[in-house]
Amino acid sequence: MNNDTETKRRFSVGSSPHVASPVSTPNLMLDVIIALLPAWVVAIYFFGFRVVTLTAVTVAAAMGAEYLYRRLTHQHQTVSDFSAAVTGLLLVMCLPVETPYWVAVIGAVFAIVVVKQLFGGLGKNFMNPALAGRVFLFSFLPYISRYAAPGHTFWAPIFGAGQPEAVSAATPMSYLHAGTLPEGVSLRQLLVGQQAGCLGEVASLMLILGGVYLVLRKVISPRIPLCYLGTVAVLTFLFPMGGIPRMDWMLYNLLSGGLMLGAIFMATDYVTSPVTPTGRVVYGVGCGALTVFLRYFGSYPEGVSFAILVMNTLVWSLDKAFMPHRFGTPWFKQKEKKEASK
Amino acid sequence: MIHRFFGGVHPQGHKEYTEALAVAPLPQPPEQVVLSMSQHVGAPCAPTVSVGDSVTVGQVVGEPTGLGAPIHSSVSGKVVAVEPRPHVGGSPVMAVVVENDKLDTPAEPIPRPAKPDKLTTEQVIEIVRAAGITGMGGAGFPTHVKLSSALGKVDTVILNGAECEPYLTADHRLMLEQPERVIEGGRVLMRALGLTKLVIGVEANKLDAVEALKAKAPADVEVRPLRVRYPQGAEKQLIQNITGRQVPPGGLPANVGCAVFNVATAAAVYDAVFDGKPLTHRIVTVTGKGIVRPGNFLVPLGTPMEHLVETAGGLKGAPGRVLCGGPMMGIAQYDLTASTIKGNNGLLVMSTREYAPTPKGVLTCIHCGRCVSACPMHLVPLAFNQRFTAGHFEQLEGLRILDCIECGSCAYSCPAHIPLVQAIRAGKNEVRKLQTAAKAAAAKAEAEAKAAEEAAKAEEAAKAEETKAEADVPAEPTKEKEEATSK
Repeated sequence: MNNDTETKRRFSVGSSPHVASPVSTPNLMLDVIIALLPAWVVAIYFFGFRVVTLTAVTVAAAMGAEYLYRRLTHQHQTVSDFSAAVTGLLLVMCLPVETPYWVAVIGAVFAIVVVKQLFGGLGKNFMNPALAGRVFLFSFLPYISRYAAPGHTFWAPIFGAGQPEAVSAATPMSYLHAGTLPEGVSLRQLLVGQQAGCLGEVASLMLILGGVYLVLRKVISPRIPLCYLGTVAVLTFLFPMGGIPRMDWMLYNLLSGGLMLGAIFMATDYVTSPVTPTGRVVYGVGCGALTVFLRYFGSYPEGVSFAILVMNTLVWSLDKAFMPHRFGTPWFKQKEKKEASK
Repeated sequence: MIHRFFGGVHPQGHKEYTEALAVAPLPQPPEQVVLSMSQHVGAPCAPTVSVGDSVTVGQVVGEPTGLGAPIHSSVSGKVVAVEPRPHVGGSPVMAVVVENDKLDTPAEPIPRPAKPDKLTTEQVIEIVRAAGITGMGGAGFPTHVKLSSALGKVDTVILNGAECEPYLTADHRLMLEQPERVIEGGRVLMRALGLTKLVIGVEANKLDAVEALKAKAPADVEVRPLRVRYPQGAEKQLIQNITGRQVPPGGLPANVGCAVFNVATAAAVYDAVFDGKPLTHRIVTVTGKGIVRPGNFLVPLGTPMEHLVETAGGLKGAPGRVLCGGPMMGIAQYDLTASTIKGNNGLLVMSTREYAPTPKGVLTCIHCGRCVSACPMHLVPLAFNQRFTAGHFEQLEGLRILDCIECGSCAYSCPAHIPLVQAIRAGKNEVRKLQTAAKAAAAKAEAEAKAAEEAAKAEEAAKAEETKAEADVPAEPTKEKEEATSK
């Protein structure tokens, strides 16, 4: 009998649950890439074919850095989870089209190796790699502060950078930083992306579209972008600069610079954003308040990158401080939290 | 009013295999039944028969030694063995093995002192106890204990017909085919608790069952369709959905005035009260892609799983995983040697493609928060995994790990396929170890403190005597001082 039982032991066993949702990490990363594509295509339309080559170089650098680092340190390979591709794509989205290739490569390698891998790889970094890479590139300011005007030529030279014939234009953000509305740029142009700026941040409408896609696919929760954008909207509406009509000031602030890209794609980066519902609200509001603060009082025209990076460092504390309401404990506590989340 | 619970997941139902198939008795009764002495929460029963005894259908073969309910033979025949046998839980448990003579000679019915609707609470509790009824939704809490502990504390009786586990259709077919048994059994429980209202919660993917129940429901029974969301049938979530109340941490449904019974339990109560029959059979869904002819069967308790698989046409290829229960909370089986117990609502044979194999390689949490959104108990599962793998067991209790109901929603939704439930179970064990250690340490410290105190007292007394003896004359002022300070 015992022998018989032994021979019949043939099924695999394991802990419940025995089924898993079809969503996996690479799926999620691919969804982020898909959501970024509309804004990226608009960038090609306005800034020319160099967008494609710059993207190819940056993404390849990011994936190559990841592959080599894992290989050289004898760790299991993680390139196939596409997180390095997302980092490369996000980094190139917040670079101007005139950025020299070598600068983009340095940014990508810094983002992957220093910000992500040295802390243990995917899931362990405490700062958004793409944003940290972008901020690191401020060290090369002369090379990345030349913003091409949209639509001046499609076939800008692919090789070489900082071409003399490139028209350098002031971004809407630099006007806003000085306390005036951008000259000759309508809100409609800001919405479609006909403005000077980093290649991926100009097409606000397409970025919003990508955000809607991510929310509908349940890749991101809408809490962070809504709280972020809502806070910026409220603060800029309440405190307009230079006697500009409130409504105009608010809308130009919402649609200019890297705010949409930051709120929808950077601040929602899983690894560096809170997981608890209330934590996400606080994080979004914090990002929004810091962004407005830096835009008003900072030395750079834009404050999105720094605002998000600062909030990144608080994620651990936010998750600890804003645990979900304990099931079955008195109601008044939950009511308070519900109000806060609105 | 609908009170939704937070979180949950929506796994594929896969009920199509068996939901349209009527409950059928086993065409070939089993040659032997293995009546496990552990079919409920609490201590295993003690066998009351020995090898060679003849037994009848419904005869008691095991009596509880502590918390529990008696176990009855489900066939008539001869006891051929009383020995440990494989159990669905994993390790072998004492069992009574009865050779089936296939005559189904019935035992004496359970005595009923009055008409069903005139029974007193105590009489109902006694009948339910004598019939050996335990919760048939899975956990297996003895129903008579639930009744007596809920007495006077509850204002709502809920019958759980959610059946939110994928694949399983046993409760669905029961409600559809025999709604009056469910309803009348539920009303017996309702009257026993001194109440006038019964709510039956059914997930909205079984609207035909809702209609069948509604057609037979008298005015005091409300049939409530529930949204289709796992774990809708978890006791705490069901109560939250139907009443809006939340069972406090570590508490029971009675703490929020609710008593929840599975619909199959209610049907068993009906059999016991109206027909005097103890719990000897139950409906089991035998299903999955790995089985040739899935079906819903009325199975004598103790039927070996192997017999159920044969009845359903055998295995289709090498099975990926064999589960006792559904895919979300079912227990994986090494083999088919275990036998059916009271809480066993399904035997699921998943093909190698169907089940999620244990992932290989290093699993990286990307902090996406899907487990947090999925947790119906408002927990942060990724934090458990993180603290557990880092060995910070002392932090787990503060993160409320003991609130976890192990529904598996977190692990289901994890895009990195991290076995979160496994980490949580192991973490709970560590927490309990720490708790017992802390208790022991506290008891030890208390004993030591007491001993030290006594020693100090003795010393003080000795000293006082010494000083008294030393200073006989000027003792008065100091004594007064002492008295003043002591006051």
